[in-house]
Amino acid sequence: MADIKNLEGMIDSTPIMKDFADIESSKLPEYQIDSKIPEGPIAEKWTNYKAHQKLVNPANKRNLDIIVVGTGLAGASAASTLGELGFNVLNFCIQDSPRRAHSIAAQGGINAAKDYQNDGDSVYRLFYDTVKGGDFRSREANVYRLAEVSNNIIDQCVQQGVPFAREYGGLLANRSFGGAQVSRTFYAKGQTGQQLLLGAYASLNRQIQKGTVKSFNRREMMDIVMIDGRARGIIVRNLITGELERYAAHAVVLATGGYGRTFFLSTNAMGCNGSAAVQAFKKGAYLANLAFTQIHPTCIPVHGEDQSKLTLMSESLRNDGRIWVPKKKEDAEAIRAGKKKPTDIPDEDRDFYLERRYPAFGNLCPRDIASRAAKERCDAGFGVGTGNAVYLDFKYAIERLGKDAVRDRYGNLFDMYQMISDDDPYETPMMIFPASHYTMGGIWVDYELQTSLKGLFAIGECNFSDHGANRLGASALMQGLADGYFVLPYTMQNYLSDQIKVPHFKTDTKEFDEAEKAVKERIQKLMNIKGTKSPDEIHKRLGHVMWNLVGMGRTLQSLVKATEEIEEVRKEFYSDLRIVGKADDLNTELEKALRLEDFLVIAKMMAIDALNRNESCGAHFREEYQTADGEAARNDKDYMYVSCWKYTGDNEKPILLKEPLKYEAIHVQTRNYKS
Amino acid sequence: MWLTSSSLGRKLVMAITGACLVLFVTFHCLMNGVAIFWPLAYNDICAFLGANWYALIASAGLAALFIIHIIYAVWLTLQNRKARGNDRYAVVSKPKQVEWASQNMLVLGIVILAFLIVHMIQFWAKMQLAEIIGAHGEIDPQNGLAFIMKAFSCWCTPVVYIIGFVALWFHMTHGFWSMFQSTGWDNDTWLPRLKCIGFWWATIVVVFFIAQAIVFTVRAHQCCAIACY
Amino acid sequence: METTISVNLKIWRQRGPKEKGSFANYTVKNVSTGSSFLEMLDMLNQQLVEKGEEPVVFDSDCREGICGMCSLYINGHPHGPVQGITTCQLHMRKFHDGDTITIEPWRSAAFPVVRDLMVDRNAFDKIQQAGGYVSFNCGGAPDANATPISKEVADVAMDSATCIGCGACVAACKNGSAMLFVSAKVSQFALLPQGQVERARRAKAMVKKMDELGFGNCTNTGACAAECPKSIPLSNIARLNREYLKAKIKD
Repeated sequence: MADIKNLEGMIDSTPIMKDFADIESSKLPEYQIDSKIPEGPIAEKWTNYKAHQKLVNPANKRNLDIIVVGTGLAGASAASTLGELGFNVLNFCIQDSPRRAHSIAAQGGINAAKDYQNDGDSVYRLFYDTVKGGDFRSREANVYRLAEVSNNIIDQCVQQGVPFAREYGGLLANRSFGGAQVSRTFYAKGQTGQQLLLGAYASLNRQIQKGTVKSFNRREMMDIVMIDGRARGIIVRNLITGELERYAAHAVVLATGGYGRTFFLSTNAMGCNGSAAVQAFKKGAYLANLAFTQIHPTCIPVHGEDQSKLTLMSESLRNDGRIWVPKKKEDAEAIRAGKKKPTDIPDEDRDFYLERRYPAFGNLCPRDIASRAAKERCDAGFGVGTGNAVYLDFKYAIERLGKDAVRDRYGNLFDMYQMISDDDPYETPMMIFPASHYTMGGIWVDYELQTSLKGLFAIGECNFSDHGANRLGASALMQGLADGYFVLPYTMQNYLSDQIKVPHFKTDTKEFDEAEKAVKERIQKLMNIKGTKSPDEIHKRLGHVMWNLVGMGRTLQSLVKATEEIEEVRKEFYSDLRIVGKADDLNTELEKALRLEDFLVIAKMMAIDALNRNESCGAHFREEYQTADGEAARNDKDYMYVSCWKYTGDNEKPILLKEPLKYEAIHVQTRNYKS
Repeated sequence: MWLTSSSLGRKLVMAITGACLVLFVTFHCLMNGVAIFWPLAYNDICAFLGANWYALIASAGLAALFIIHIIYAVWLTLQNRKARGNDRYAVVSKPKQVEWASQNMLVLGIVILAFLIVHMIQFWAKMQLAEIIGAHGEIDPQNGLAFIMKAFSCWCTPVVYIIGFVALWFHMTHGFWSMFQSTGWDNDTWLPRLKCIGFWWATIVVVFFIAQAIVFTVRAHQCCAIACY
Repeated sequence: METTISVNLKIWRQRGPKEKGSFANYTVKNVSTGSSFLEMLDMLNQQLVEKGEEPVVFDSDCREGICGMCSLYINGHPHGPVQGITTCQLHMRKFHDGDTITIEPWRSAAFPVVRDLMVDRNAFDKIQQAGGYVSFNCGGAPDANATPISKEVADVAMDSATCIGCGACVAACKNGSAMLFVSAKVSQFALLPQGQVERARRAKAMVKKMDELGFGNCTNTGACAAECPKSIPLSNIARLNREYLKAKIKD
């Protein structure tokens, strides 16, 4: 490993990358990536694909089994739609009900190119905004398809009975989100994710009732079973009994969400984890763009060491709230010391830094930019609260619209804020600070959403494909549902069309025996450590390392240091972990430990990926690479590729594979939200 | 049959029998008013509601209502206790929106039933029942007024009656809006209104009953005094 | 201003659905009043783990009041003494130094205890599977704006759809009735044009399933609506009654 003392002044990691990974092999022919993008002009690719793909006839569908792991927007929509088509679906979730997947917590809304507002929106514009928002690091063809099917999603959800917000005339209402100059976001109060998930859950229930989908709750996937080079089953741990169970199928779909909890504190739910991605990685699937982790600008600041999670305040608040910090350092100091209140600062002494720096988009600039700007102000000493917070002020909106209109729009969010912080946002500005929220990176998939392992698919947040280096607000819901309702059901048939003769798999084969044995050994290994630290203690330590060194601002030095500190945490984990209770029983500590073991793998890969990328783009900000006015300096010449990582062994260096990104339908430019 | 097998059907039966009983109680209250203001007319009513075929049918119907209401109440309560599970909460705290009456309908019902038995022994057994079986006591079964005087000449009668009436008040304040809720006639606008109407309805009926009990007690003692004199 | 307090906990511990449970007493010191209730329990569990004891098992996931996973009966109230919030939104500033807090699981025959404070709410899924959906296949939907829906109706439907399926209504009800939960879903679809076709069938199927699963009979006490973390109103139950009776009378 690189000696940290020798790194002074170094900003390009290329000379030391060989210490961390095999980056040379990417030129070898066997490591070239085929993303299976169909031929033709961008607007016709998906249509062409659908016209020429292979299908499975209805009589054969019922002979084919599909495992779907996860019941969030992507998982539930895929499971229900595959069930509707007639496949036998086995659907798994770790919660006590499919309805509790973390998609439920998405607040703001879902984008679609409906152009109901007549404000110039179109499929192309949604596609363009998404690619630009992602800082030109997403796969063009996937994003175009996403924009294309976005409209079907809204139709689908309305028909499911999702009570979207409406105008008095009875038609659907829209609002704006960051990174867009049109109003294309559909919403259901501040609970859009909930309503969309309950819609998908309802469709899923219909299929469960019909018997096409079997639902398995409180089960956690522990491993993927490969038979003759194809994913054919999974081993799960029953979280109630602690027993390991085997399930076989013709194809396996992962819809297991993001790895944001690598940072320990995040807006993700307590159970969110990256374990499925790591199991896939260890079996040979590539992980891609792991450095692209979104830090959401509007979260309630951290209050103390015992905090378990951070709460997001919807981005929609930036429609009417204005973000500021004091202009004068002494005001900021006085506020921090409790000598002044934010309401004591007159307007002329407030620095509306987003409006100042990004006049064209103002408070609605993309998330990565808003987050970094907040960090920049706080680092410069203008932060309020504990020093790590800025104000989001509704005084102006209340003056302009009246308290009732503001309550109507954001009432439930204000209540939520007051509950947590004990401050009344109608009277005093909210305090917010960025927090880990979403992961753009994930399992590499091709155009068909198939990973580099045959028969293993990844959809929703757990894949990498559509958001590039930064996701725009209200696009996660769109992607999850697009994958599940409108993409995977097609591409899955293309894969299964030559599998119709393959009989149902049995689970008493040697492949299953071996996989289960490996999982048992893994669990036993952790149980046998018998150290002194609980999984949460070690996870918190990992979280600190990640937030401080692989967080919003990264440098070559911080990343090298991160790899070393992650290694130390890893050593602590394997030498000093303590799991009370038994392995073959309900054991929440064991669950946490197993997830943490996988977070450690992801953490290291995140640091390596960030280290490899000698540029700043989207959410990945290498402080060495910035323009004179502090904006991200992208390096399209060297880094316009998806960095895919191939596992070679627990203590071996991963291999870097590059999927070059070509932009044919869009002119690559510097992201500009100033004018 | 969904009126027995479904929880909502059972609730409907409770609601309909309850509604009829509310009407009966109201009618009874008005009839007692007659006894105060026009005592002789009251006796005419007693004669009218004696052992005639229509009165008997009405009485049988009324009895059926009571019995169904009571049987369903006990049945529902037993089911509900079972649904609660084996372990009880160690700490229970009633939210302020919840009426005390609503959680104690069975207890209130039992108090009312006890009162009703006393009341039936004092009146119905000696009036309609006596007529039916042809037993003749010292007072003519159709002389309702005389029975009133006899019953209220004892001091314990008004005490028992007032306890019964108070229980009836609680029972009715909840039961009144509850029957609209169970039959689905409620909404956010009407729920508070029905609660208000129910409150006043129950209050007027019960106040009237209590007033009657007091008046009769006073009169019974005056009457006795006159008789002694 | 935030301070730290010390609280005494009386927590129900039970190994499994068939085993007998009992209360155990614990003390947690130095709890910041800015912490959430569940973070306080995390602290307790950390203490227990340090002593080598098994932590108290309780459900929680999103910790922002929307997933419906958390389910603690605190001092006689589902989700604690503050109305309109879930357990995870309850903060320690609502308690005082030296308070004794009694924490129990949801108690209902239809929600057997899995371990300690964790219960099995699978019955709710089963009710939803009986009819809590609009039957149509993906891809067959008309344009989203093809059917206008008045804002008022959409808003009321949204209020019903807000249900998070936590089961507090059942836990609060002295009859163990699931009417508020069932009625919220039936209401949402009964109000919206998309739900009209299957309106009668849905109400009948969901009520039938609810009865089969051993939930109690509603006696209109209103405790469910009072304790509902999402403040779902009682009028939903009236609407369900109406839907069901209408469907049955039509038969």
